[in-house]
Amino acid sequence: MIARLILAALACLLVAFLLTPQSFAWLFVPLTKNGAPPIYTQTGLLSLTLSHLGLVALASLASTIVAVGLGVLVTRPAGREFLPLARTITSIGQTFPPVAVLALAVPAMGFGAGPTLVALFLYGLLPIFENTLTALQNLPPSVIEAARGMGLTRRQRLLQVELPLALPVILAGVRLSVVISLATATIGSTVAAHTLGEVIIAGLLSANTAFVVQGGLIVGLIAVLIYEGFQQVEKATARRIGQMQQE
Amino acid sequence: MADTSLATPVPVPRISRNGLLFALLGGLALWLPLVQFKANRIVAGEGLSLPGALPGGAGWGFVCLVILLLAAGLLYRLPLGWRLGLALIGLAAVILSLGLAAKGLTPEGNRVVRVAPASGFWMLLLAFGLMGTDALSRLHLSRKARWAVLCISLGLIWLCLASGLLNETSVMVEYRARADLFSRSLWQHLTLAFGSLAMALLIGLPLGIMVFLIPKLRRGVLGVLNVLQTIPSLALFGIMIPVFGWIALNVPGAAQIGVAGIGLFPALMALFFYSLLPVVSNTLVGLRTVDPAVHDAAFGLGLTQRQVLFQVQLPLALPVVLAAVRIVLVQNIGLAVIAGLIGGGGFGSFVFQGLNQTAMDLILLGALPTILLALVAGVALDLMVEAISPKKGNVT
Amino acid sequence: MIRIENLSKTYGDTTVVQPVSLTIEKGHIAALVGTSGSGKTTLLRMINRLVEPSSGKVWIGDEDAATIAPHLLRRRIGYAIQGHGLFPHRTLAQNIAMVPQLLGWKPRDISDRVDELLTLFQLDPARFRDRMPHQLSGGQQQRVGVARALAARPEVLLMDEPFGALDPVIRAKAQDDLRDIQRQLGTTLVIVTHDMEEAVTLGDRIAVMDKGVLLQYGPPTEILTHPATPFVEALIGKAERPFRLLSLSHIGDIAVPGEAEGPALPRDTSARDALAQCLWLGRDRLAVQGGGVVTLEALRTRAKGDGA
Repeated sequence: MIARLILAALACLLVAFLLTPQSFAWLFVPLTKNGAPPIYTQTGLLSLTLSHLGLVALASLASTIVAVGLGVLVTRPAGREFLPLARTITSIGQTFPPVAVLALAVPAMGFGAGPTLVALFLYGLLPIFENTLTALQNLPPSVIEAARGMGLTRRQRLLQVELPLALPVILAGVRLSVVISLATATIGSTVAAHTLGEVIIAGLLSANTAFVVQGGLIVGLIAVLIYEGFQQVEKATARRIGQMQQE
Repeated sequence: MADTSLATPVPVPRISRNGLLFALLGGLALWLPLVQFKANRIVAGEGLSLPGALPGGAGWGFVCLVILLLAAGLLYRLPLGWRLGLALIGLAAVILSLGLAAKGLTPEGNRVVRVAPASGFWMLLLAFGLMGTDALSRLHLSRKARWAVLCISLGLIWLCLASGLLNETSVMVEYRARADLFSRSLWQHLTLAFGSLAMALLIGLPLGIMVFLIPKLRRGVLGVLNVLQTIPSLALFGIMIPVFGWIALNVPGAAQIGVAGIGLFPALMALFFYSLLPVVSNTLVGLRTVDPAVHDAAFGLGLTQRQVLFQVQLPLALPVVLAAVRIVLVQNIGLAVIAGLIGGGGFGSFVFQGLNQTAMDLILLGALPTILLALVAGVALDLMVEAISPKKGNVT
Repeated sequence: MIRIENLSKTYGDTTVVQPVSLTIEKGHIAALVGTSGSGKTTLLRMINRLVEPSSGKVWIGDEDAATIAPHLLRRRIGYAIQGHGLFPHRTLAQNIAMVPQLLGWKPRDISDRVDELLTLFQLDPARFRDRMPHQLSGGQQQRVGVARALAARPEVLLMDEPFGALDPVIRAKAQDDLRDIQRQLGTTLVIVTHDMEEAVTLGDRIAVMDKGVLLQYGPPTEILTHPATPFVEALIGKAERPFRLLSLSHIGDIAVPGEAEGPALPRDTSARDALAQCLWLGRDRLAVQGGGVVTLEALRTRAKGDGA
């Protein structure tokens, strides 16, 4: 309960800060030197935040669709042959540094939002795919057996039984993926994507700690809020199907 | 789970579906440009596909070889060892063709022209790389054999680079222009990754043991570490600069022991802070998973609390702690790239310089070794974790 | 009616079920008994084609099961398994409504059917319709599992160790209820169990299987009195046999004219319970409701398997 109040307060604070950043200027003044501006004004913080979130949302949506699709494919009889390969790719892919993926997307796509989207998309695939796979392979066997025995077709089993039951674990994968993407997107501004990283980098270039801190704070706050939000949804879906989440 | 359609197999000659995937990737790659021919390192180049990139008819030779290898991969009953062999030959052929193309396309004595690997090269590499890893993972090699594979692979990569085969390719040209800087960056990168890991273990292990022994502290400590983890890396690196700059100035003796607001130190600290959570939480998890019966038995034998901790609980928790080491090391090798943005050195400086100058070859010079380091660290530590985990069938 | 003709299953070189032929009359209960790995579950699963037979035929009524698409066949055959397999993300009503929905029943009919079944299984529809499966006790979950299997009024119901996860007290009650409901609906029932007691209690006929071979198929008394092989005999348990035999007959059937002191027992009391009463009370005869007595002598004869 207290945790929820704190979260709600943090959300209000975030919205207030994004809408009227100047009213918080006094907080950041101590972090500036030589009368540098305490609040980043080159581009509106709100517009940067929205663009940042937009990139993450778009990439995560795409990763979710593709990763869940692939996870379903390799657990069907037609795609089972790909399963070991898919596992290997996932475990290797996760050792690829996100920054390197981002940098490698630049030669292929040029600067701007493009490479950031591609990097976020590719990197976001892995946790979702991994969780989809885990979830679909660990469904209660008696339920699946019952579904077959009752005459549900493969498609009906997938849509009405398997995916709904796998949902909490898949959502946990999406949460992980979104949180990683939020952080990686800040680095996207080094390749000229319009994200909150712009604020941090401007701070680094002009040695203005206020910018670094406010950029970091906004991203951190959003990450915490999204993380908690997802967890609430996961818990609700898990409770509904009578499984308590571990942890 | 035999369902109806499986019970009555349709008599179609069986094609390996994985083989089909690799063949499609490889076939597509043959259409794409193998190399980019650029008048200098900045401008966009002209793509040349495999047949056109190599002098004389050699290109078609390589095309035939690649097609042959991919076609052989389609056979369903091909033994895995053979498959691995095919993949290795394929990789060798692809790399050789890149080297030859670069040699053939670069006019004698011209230091400005660049021949860069292009999408076709990367996709062929991917196709054969996947073919190889697929065969490897299904061979279920023993741990010793997998170590051997890792070492041999590294040896082969070294051989490719040392033999001068790839000397005319753009990345190597870029490397030769800054060979000294490269080795310095390598050391910086390793210092960042391993140094922060060492610090995290030094502080994190005792901290983990402490929160295990004093449950009251758990929420607080783990909460703080969790919050640290949500700060985006770019910001954490940035905040370290003024913080440690101030400490170096104002805390007597701090500057003498190396604390500084510029250079490697702030980056090292940022990585250290990121590493703490995995180390502390895995130490805690490892200690908590020790079977209470083992714990009781040890006490029953007359061991003291201290002896139980050091002789029973910690050794049993070791695999979980080592798993944290793997997470931290792989993560830090990747994150250390960001140090390049705040003047902390490492391969990141190549990456970000490259991005600034739109010099793709320079980006590759930073990104490729980083990926290689991360991969090697990941595979090596997986093998170590497996070695000390009591008989668990582990899939790498 | 289910007719099984030379049904067998082979995986590669291993034969799980040797060719089996048997017929289950309409409205009867057949119990498939055997140890684990005996092939009984495979035989059951071949009836609704969860396992595809390697050879042989299954006739449901006068239709060849192989000619019906598997998922359509399964919608006509009820199926209940150990651990109930209820969909944890659906309410009880939604669980029970599953097959009728697949068959395209009208929502109104489905809703009526759900209430009817919940009532039949002693679960108040008003209270239970919208509960989630995990909110029920094990016994209740199991009942809903059977109710769901019966939802579309199947002619045939297959059950695989349906009571395996229940504790003995609830189990006995569930068996009684199942028998009542089966008689009421006239469903043909095939039940797999490893428990001979359960087979004797429920089965009109018992099929004993071992290592993929059908050893004996017959009414319980025949299995108990004339076991075909030493394995069947061992499965019955020699020491238990008299009691099992007794549990098959009711005292109404063996009552003789006479008088006895004490309260009269209902006519459908099992002979086994009557014997227990005799021993406990130290009497040699008990009164039976509606006149007559059951004697210790008659019970003893029954327990030997004579006069069945």
